[in-house]
Amino acid sequence: MKNKQTEEGGTDRRKFLKLGIMTSLTAIAGTSIVNNLAAQEEEGIAKPSGEVMRLLTPDGKIVEVDASNINNYPEAYITPEESRKGIPDRKFVMVIDLAKCKNARKCVEGCQKGHNLDYHQEFMQIKLIQDNPLAEPYWFPKNCMHCDEPPCVKVCPTGATYKREDNIVLVDNERCIGCKFCVTSCPYSARIFNWEHNAKFDDKSQPYSPETNVPGAIGTVTKCDFCPDLLRQGLLPHCAQSCPEGVIYFGDRNEDIVTNGAETVRFSELINKRAGYRHLEHLGTKPNVYYLPAVDKLYELEDGFDVNEEVKERYKNVPYVQELKKQGKI
Amino acid sequence: MDIQSRKRELFKEFAPRLETTSKVSKIYISFLVAIILVGIYAFYLQMSEGQIVTGMRDNVVWGIYEVNFILLVCISYSGAFISGILHFFHTPWKTAIARIVEIITVLSLLIGPIYILLCMGRLDRLHYLFMYPRIQSPITWDIIAIITDIVACFIYLYLTFIPDFAILRDHCEERKIPKWVKKLYKTLAIGYQDTKTQRDRLHKITRIMSTIVIVLAIVAYTVLAWIFSLTLQPGWNSTIFAPYFIVGGLFSGVAFIIVTMFLVRKFYKLEKYIRKMHFKVGGIILLILAMLYGYFTFTEYFSRWFSHKEIDTNLLDTLFTRYFWEFILANYVGILVPIGILFFKKFRTINWVTIASVIALVGIWINRYLIVIPTLETPYVPIQDTRVDYIFYAASWVEIALSFAGAAAFLLMFTLIGKIVPLVPMNYILDGRTPPKKVQKNINKEISE
Ligand code: SF4
Ligand code: SF4
Repeated sequence: MKNKQTEEGGTDRRKFLKLGIMTSLTAIAGTSIVNNLAAQEEEGIAKPSGEVMRLLTPDGKIVEVDASNINNYPEAYITPEESRKGIPDRKFVMVIDLAKCKNARKCVEGCQKGHNLDYHQEFMQIKLIQDNPLAEPYWFPKNCMHCDEPPCVKVCPTGATYKREDNIVLVDNERCIGCKFCVTSCPYSARIFNWEHNAKFDDKSQPYSPETNVPGAIGTVTKCDFCPDLLRQGLLPHCAQSCPEGVIYFGDRNEDIVTNGAETVRFSELINKRAGYRHLEHLGTKPNVYYLPAVDKLYELEDGFDVNEEVKERYKNVPYVQELKKQGKI
Repeated sequence: MDIQSRKRELFKEFAPRLETTSKVSKIYISFLVAIILVGIYAFYLQMSEGQIVTGMRDNVVWGIYEVNFILLVCISYSGAFISGILHFFHTPWKTAIARIVEIITVLSLLIGPIYILLCMGRLDRLHYLFMYPRIQSPITWDIIAIITDIVACFIYLYLTFIPDFAILRDHCEERKIPKWVKKLYKTLAIGYQDTKTQRDRLHKITRIMSTIVIVLAIVAYTVLAWIFSLTLQPGWNSTIFAPYFIVGGLFSGVAFIIVTMFLVRKFYKLEKYIRKMHFKVGGIILLILAMLYGYFTFTEYFSRWFSHKEIDTNLLDTLFTRYFWEFILANYVGILVPIGILFFKKFRTINWVTIASVIALVGIWINRYLIVIPTLETPYVPIQDTRVDYIFYAASWVEIALSFAGAAAFLLMFTLIGKIVPLVPMNYILDGRTPPKKVQKNINKEISE
C-alpha cells in the first residue's frame, strides 16, 4: 500500500516538475503563471479563497494571485527520498534587512501557521541583540542559516538531517532517532525538539514530507526548512511573504536575485553596497542567511515592544531594556 | 599440601556465601529491586509521555543522563585499563582486587550506555543506527567503540573466570548449591582441567586480551570526549578534552574501585585478602591521578579565563555565579581535598583513602555536570525566553529515579555475581603471587617440590 503511494507520488512528481520549472522562483514569466492558472480554472479545480499571494516575475514584477490557485497542487507531494535531491540549479539565499525590522512578529506567525506549529515553537525567532555597550540593540530575526558547512549535518548518525544541492538543510523526521546531537552542534540554536505528543501530529490529511515538516513527530527534531514546497511553486517562504516591512528577501544565488515581494534586487550588489554580513562568520559554518546591518533604523526600538506581555518579558534581561523600562519608555 | 587439597580448602572458605542468603541480604536485595521498579515506572512514563517528563528542553537537550553516561562509561574504561595493566605486568598485588575491577568494568559498561539510550527521543528507531549509518558522525564512532569494548571486556572477564569455574565445578558436588548453578559452572568451565598446557594457553590469551582491552579503553575514552570537543560549543570545543577525559576517567575509576573494595572487604569479610596495602597503593595512584586531573582542569579553565573570548566569558560567568558552589565542590573540594588527604603518609589508611575516594567521586560527577549543562545554557545566540524550564535545566524526578535505578541495578548485579562466584579469584590465589601469609609457606613448599 505504502509502496503504491510512493510510486504514484513519483509519477505525479514528474508532472509537477514540468510545472515547477516553468513557475519556480525566478524562471517564471508572468504569462506562464497566468496561463497555468487559466488552465486550472478551466478545469474548474480552483475556487477563489480570497487570500492573495504575491509571486515574482523575472523582471522583478510582482503579480498577485489568489492563494487557492497556487497551493492546490495535488502533485506537490515530495517523498522523503525525493526531498534529498533539491531543486535543480538553484542556490537559495536569504537576506534579512535589520534596519527595517520592528519586531512585528508577522514572520514568526506566518511561519507557525504554515508549518502547523504551536505558539512557543518558533522556527523563526526574534532576538534582541546588542553588539557593544554603546550601540543600541536591534531586532534580529533568526531562523536556520542553512549553512554550507553545517555542523548539524556532520554529526547526525543516521543522515536524518542533510544538505541539498539547492543550499537547503532539511530534517527527515521519519529517519531521525532523536539523539539531539545536531541540536547541541548548531551554534545558531536553530533546532527545536518535539518533547511531547501534539494532537496536530495526528492530522495525516497531508502526507509527511521533509519539505513541509508537517505532520511533526514526537521525539524528533525540526527546524526552519526555507519552505521548499512554496519555492517549487514559485512562492516566497512563509516568513518573507508575511513580513509587512519587507525585511526578509529571498532568492537564488545562481540568478543573483533576491526579492522581498515588493522589490527585487541583485543579491551581490545588495550585500556589497549595504555591507551584508553573516552571523558568527568566524565559526566557519558559511551560512546562507545574510544580514544587512541595523544602521539608520526605520523604527524606534521602543516600537518593537508593542507586542503581547509574554513576548515583552523575553527581553527583560537585556540591560538596555532595563534602562528603557526605568525611563518609562516601555 | 598439594594443589588439589588447597583448592578444596579455598572452596570451603568461599562456599558458604554461595550456598545461603542471609536475611539481611534478602532485605537488601528487595530494597534494590524496589528502587529498580520505581525506575522502570519512570522509564515507562518517559516512553509513553515523551521526554517532556524529564527536565530536558530546547537549549539544554542533554541532562543528567548524559552525566551518568560519561561517569559510568569512564569508570568502565578505566576498569578495563587498570585490570589490563594488572594482568599485563603481573602486578603482585593484583590477586585480591582483579576480579572486583573486572566486574566493575563489565557492569558499568552494561549500565552506562543505557543512559545514552534514555537521551534518545526515538528508542523505537534504534536500529536506524545500523540501517543508515553515517561514518562521519562521532556518535557512530562512539557506538562502534562501545560495542567493541563490551565484547572485548566480556571475553576478557570470561577468560579470567574459567579456572575458577573449573574449581567450582569440581568441588560443588558435595554442597547444597542449586542444581542450575552447578550446571552453569560445568558449562562455563568448558572442560578446563588446569593442565599445564591449558594453563599456559589461557595465560597467553589473557595477556593478549589485556593489551587489547587497554588499547580499546584509550580509543573509547577519546571518542567519548570527541562527542563534545568536535562541536563548536564554548566549554566543549577544546583540544585537550580527550586526554582530559582519560585522566578524569582514570581518576573516577580508581576512586570507584577503592570504594567498592572497601564495601566488599567489609560486607564479604575479605579482610584477609583485601588488605591495607591495597588501599595504600590505591591511595598513591589516586593521588597521582588527582594531581594530573587537577592540572588538566586548571589548564582548561585557566586558558579560557585568560583569553576571555566573549562566549567563554559568558560560560565562566555562569560557572562563577549560578554554579558557584558546584564549581567549588567539583574543582576545588573534589580535587584538592583528596590530594590533601592522600599527600600525607599517615592518612593513607583504609578509612581515609576511602573517604578521599568518595569525595573524588562526588566531585567528578559534579565536574561532568558542569561540563555538560552550563555550556548548553549559554549558547552563541542568547536565550530569550519566558519559560524558566527552557532557560535553566533542573533534573526531574524521572531522571533522578532512573539515575538511582542505575546505581541499584549495579549493586544488585554485583551482589548476584557475588552469589555465583567468589569475589576474590581463587586461581590467582593459587598462582601464589600474594597468598595470605599463612598459606605462603605451603605454596613455597609446593614450588620447591
Ligand atoms: S543554522 Fe544550525 S541547523 Fe541550520 S544548517 Fe546551520 S548548523 Fe544546521
Ligand atoms: S536528532 Fe535526529 S536529525 Fe539530529 S542528529 Fe540525531 S538523528 Fe540526526
